[in-house]
Amino acid sequence: MKTYVDVIILNSKEGKIKPLAILWHNGIKYSIDKISQITRAASTISGGTGIRYTCTIQGQSRYLYHEEDRWFIEKKEY
Amino acid sequence: MERIILHCDLNNFYASVECLHHPEYRNVPLAVGGDVEKRHGIILAKNQLAKKYEIKTGEALWQALQKCPDLLIVKPNFSLYLRFSRLVKTIYQDYTDQIESFGIDECWLDVTHTLHLFKMTPKELADTIRQRIKEEVGITASIGVSFNKVFAKLGSDYRKPDATTVITRENMEQIVYPLPVSDLLYVGRATKEKLYTLGIRTIGDCARFDVQILKRRLGKWGEYLWRFASGEDTSPVLVRGYEPQVKSIGNSTTAPKDLKNLDDVRIIAYILAESVAARLKEAHLMAFTIAIGVRDVELKGFTRQIKMDEATQLSDTIAEAALDLFAKHVDFELPLRSIGIKASDLIVERNLEQINLFEDPFLKQKKMNLEVTIEKIRERYGFQAVQRCLMLQDTLLSGFNPKQDHVIFPESYFKG
Repeated sequence: MKTYVDVIILNSKEGKIKPLAILWHNGIKYSIDKISQITRAASTISGGTGIRYTCTIQGQSRYLYHEEDRWFIEKKEY
Repeated sequence: MERIILHCDLNNFYASVECLHHPEYRNVPLAVGGDVEKRHGIILAKNQLAKKYEIKTGEALWQALQKCPDLLIVKPNFSLYLRFSRLVKTIYQDYTDQIESFGIDECWLDVTHTLHLFKMTPKELADTIRQRIKEEVGITASIGVSFNKVFAKLGSDYRKPDATTVITRENMEQIVYPLPVSDLLYVGRATKEKLYTLGIRTIGDCARFDVQILKRRLGKWGEYLWRFASGEDTSPVLVRGYEPQVKSIGNSTTAPKDLKNLDDVRIIAYILAESVAARLKEAHLMAFTIAIGVRDVELKGFTRQIKMDEATQLSDTIAEAALDLFAKHVDFELPLRSIGIKASDLIVERNLEQINLFEDPFLKQKKMNLEVTIEKIRERYGFQAVQRCLMLQDTLLSGFNPKQDHVIFPESYFKG
């Protein structure tokens, strides 16, 4: 299932958006250490489409999607 | 210079979007269908699995369920489809400014003058676009590449989903000519029958036929069809944002229950007339001709029209003209399923007007002020905020707003 998450973003004076941290459902805040790629992409696993940020969080790579005005994390593929 | 035209068709568009958004739907036969209770109960789109059960677009939901009892039917979410349509068009915009939409899920792209920028063959460009749609938007498209719009469209239909078909002057006889003539744009049931009596069954038959005889039998359409069939279609791909001049404004609806008499028709007719009048005023247009269209429960229908002495944009006048037509031409032997009202012969509204000697010009101005005021109230407080007393006679019939409910309109090929 697709799960939307709370995200802390930096909206720069140039108008750009950069996600800084994810607030997970259990209340834990996960900082985004690095963003390695930003591209428009569809998520066939979670079901949705938007701007995809490839984020490094605690040494692990995760896809964070900005869909219209909400954010979701693509769950790990098993 | 030979043109290079792409026709991009998003495969099973509504169903694909639903399947993308609901991964759990992907392995079940699924169809997007209208609302059964409101009787818009037909299949609008289906996925590949549903196709195996020979479920067809346009058939009634109950027919589809007979073929496949496990069919999952979801209600359409038009704003979502419009968003996807927009996303795909932004991809097209990277390749050309000549993008002409044909409905929500089809587009023609003319890349004749931009292809050299990408250092690709037409087929490679089409494949790139397909790949990008798949990766960035998450749905598949089939693309036809050819030297005219009609063949490009046939190409996108030729192999799907997710495929590119190139039709050139060299291979058109192998690919296009064997196709049934009904695959051509504008060949419906009636034209198909006429062509059959001439012995024309395939597109090739039509292309090889004497154009003069076709013209004599089918009028100017005969020549159009011959041009379509033989690859001589020269209609241009319009530049994005081109708005064709409006020739008519109309609304129609399928009633939630069958219309058995003029009283039932009256309720719907007033709502439709109000919508048409409001849209005329928005576009600053007035109409000389009012037409009605009806369709009975056996889905047979006809249209009738009347030309008036004065152009109008008043809902009362439009409704009265339409109701006259209904009274004159509809016998209610069979109840009606859907009706429509259309205003045409449009002129731009002006402040000056020839006054009729036998009518009170102030009364007309008063009516106009009233209607404008009502429309303002509705804009602010909703469609139901002010309505005619008549609407309360049957709230089932009157409970819709055509002006707002319709977001996706059908399109015509001839826009010039």
